[in-house]
Amino acid sequence: MEISAPVFELNNVEYSYPGGIPALKGIDLTVMPGESIAVMGTNGSGKSTLLKLMDGLYFPSRGVIKAFGVELSERQLQEESFAYTFRKKVGLLFQDPDVQLFSTTVLDEVAFAPLNMGLNREEVMTRVNAALTALKIEDLKDRAPYQLSEGEKKKVAMASLLSLDPKVWLLDEPTANLDPRTQDWIIEFLLTLANKGKTMIIAIHDLDIAESIAQRIYILGENHAIVAQGTPRDILGYRDILIRNNLLRHK
Amino acid sequence: MLDDYSKTSTDLFETLHYPKFRRRKDFVTGTLSNLTSALERTVFADLYAERPGLLQSIDPRTKVITFFILILATSLTHHIEILLGLYLLSLALASLSRIPLGFFIKRVWIFIPIFAGIIALPAIFNIITPGDTVLVIASFKHPHGIGIMHLPSEISITKQGLIGASLLVSRVATSASFAILLILGTGWTRLLKALSAFRVPRVFILILGITYKYIFLFLRLVENMLLARKSRTVGRTGTKEKHRWISGRLGFLLGRSYHLSNEVYLAMLSRGWNGKVHMLEDFSLGLNDALWISFISGVILLVTLLELVWR
Ligand SMILES: Nc1ncnc2c1ncn2[C@@H]1O[C@H](COP(=O)(O)OP(=O)(O)OP(=O)(O)O)[C@@H](O)[C@H]1O
Ligand SMILES: [Mg+2]
Repeated sequence: MEISAPVFELNNVEYSYPGGIPALKGIDLTVMPGESIAVMGTNGSGKSTLLKLMDGLYFPSRGVIKAFGVELSERQLQEESFAYTFRKKVGLLFQDPDVQLFSTTVLDEVAFAPLNMGLNREEVMTRVNAALTALKIEDLKDRAPYQLSEGEKKKVAMASLLSLDPKVWLLDEPTANLDPRTQDWIIEFLLTLANKGKTMIIAIHDLDIAESIAQRIYILGENHAIVAQGTPRDILGYRDILIRNNLLRHK
Repeated sequence: MLDDYSKTSTDLFETLHYPKFRRRKDFVTGTLSNLTSALERTVFADLYAERPGLLQSIDPRTKVITFFILILATSLTHHIEILLGLYLLSLALASLSRIPLGFFIKRVWIFIPIFAGIIALPAIFNIITPGDTVLVIASFKHPHGIGIMHLPSEISITKQGLIGASLLVSRVATSASFAILLILGTGWTRLLKALSAFRVPRVFILILGITYKYIFLFLRLVENMLLARKSRTVGRTGTKEKHRWISGRLGFLLGRSYHLSNEVYLAMLSRGWNGKVHMLEDFSLGLNDALWISFISGVILLVTLLELVWR
C-alpha cells in the first residue's frame, strides 16, 4: 500500500476575527490526497473561514495548519517560491462569485491565474480555451463578468480555477443559488474532477449533494467546533445533530 | 458590439432614476446614481480603450511618457493662448480616438467648478491679487481692520486677478483632459502594466489595482442598493423616510464595500497574484509610436518657441 502525506493537517486550529469574534474552535482535520470532504453547518458556523484558512488567506489564531507537510504561516507564504507552488496546487472557489470575478472580461478572468503562474501566452490560451469549453461558456468569453447571471458567474468562477488546474479544490457552496439543472451539472462536473484524482473540500448546506460527492462529512456546530464527522452513512444516522444544526428539517 | 455594451450599461443606470411620474426631482438619489454612472463610465470605460482609434494604436508606455510631458508643459506655460491650444489638442485627440466629445468635455469640467470655487475664485479679488480694477464690489469709507489684517478701502475684481484665475483654471482643465484622455484611450489594466514597465514600485501598482476593484465594487453596491430600494417603494415616499434611508445605507455601504474589497484582494491572492501585472497581450513599439513621438516633440518644440517669443 502506498503511503502518501496528507494534503492538509489541522491541529487544534482556532480562529477569531478582529474584534474577537470567534469563527472556529479546536478544529482537528486531516485530508488525504484524492479525498472528497464535505464541511457542513448552519449559517455562521465557520465554513467559509475554514476554507480561507486552508487557502492560506487567514492564519490560525491558535493551533497549526500544515499543507503538504509544511506549516502554513504568514511568514511561509511571504516566501515567493513557496507561495507560487502553494497557489498552483490549491484553488479556492469563493462563496460570493462577485468578489472572485474582478476582471473586465470573462477571458481575462479565466486567464488571470495561469498568467500569474508565469505561463507563456500560447499555454495560457490553451488552458483558457480548454476551461471555457469544459464549462460550456465559450460564448461568454467577451462579456463582462458582472453582467452575467448567478449560474453563469459560478461557471466562470469554476473556469477561472480550472485554468489553474489545482490539485486541491476548496469549494465554498458551489451549488448555492442555482436552479436544479445547473446544480446537477455542477455536481457532475465536480465528480469528474474527483475521478481525475483531485482532492476536494466542499462547504455545502445540502445533505443530498454532500452525500453524493463526499467520502467524509464534517459538521460544524454553532459553537464553531466540529460536532460530528464520519461517512455519509454515519452522518445520516445522527438525526439529532443534523436537525439541531439546521441541516435537516423536523418531519 | 462594443456600442451595444455601452448601451446596456447606460440603460442599466437609466433604470436607477426614479419613475417618471414622480414630479419632484429626487435630488439625492438622482445625484447618487448620476455620480455612479459618471464614475463607472470614466474610470471603467475600458470600452473606449478597445475602440480602433489614434490613441488606442499607440503603445501604452509611449503614451505614459508623452502624456507626462504634455501635462508638464501644461503646468509650466504662462500663456493662456498656449493652454487653449493644448486644450484644443486634447479635444482633437479625443475625437481622433473615437471618444465622444460631449462625454469627454463633461467628464473634465464636472470637477472644475469645485476646484475653481475653492482655489481660483478668491484670486480674482484685489485682496489676493492687487492690480488694475475691473469691477468694484464694495467700498468702505474707513479702512477696516480685523486684528492685524487690514482690508483695503475697497474690494474689487482686478484684471491681474482675472488673468491669474483663468490661467489656473485652464491649466487644471487641460491637465485633467490629458490625464483622462490617457486613461480612456489606454484602459486601466494596460496603464498599470505600462507603469510597471517604468519600475513604479510594485506596492504602488498593487494599491492602484485594488483601488480600481474597490471603486468598482462600491459602484455596483450603490447600484444594487438603489434598485433594491426602488423595488420596495411603491408610489411616493416622504422626504424624511428617504433621508433616513440614505443615511442608514451610507454607513452600511462603507462597511460593506470595505469588506468586499478585502475579499477581492484575498481572491486575487488566492489565484497567485503578487502585484505583478500580467496581460494576455504584449506591448510592442511600432511605426505609430515613432510618428506619435515626433508629433508630440513638434508640439513641445512649438510651445517652447512661443513661450520664448512671447516672454
Ligand atoms: N470579515 C469578518 N469579520 C468579522 N466576523 C466575521 C467575518 N466573516 C465572518 N465572520 C463571523 O465569523 C463567523 C463564521 O463565519 P463564516 O463566514 O465562516 O460562516 P459560514 O459557515 O461560511 O456561514 P454561511 O453558511 O452563512 O456562509 C460568523 O459568526 C461570522 O459572523
Ligand atoms: Mg460561508
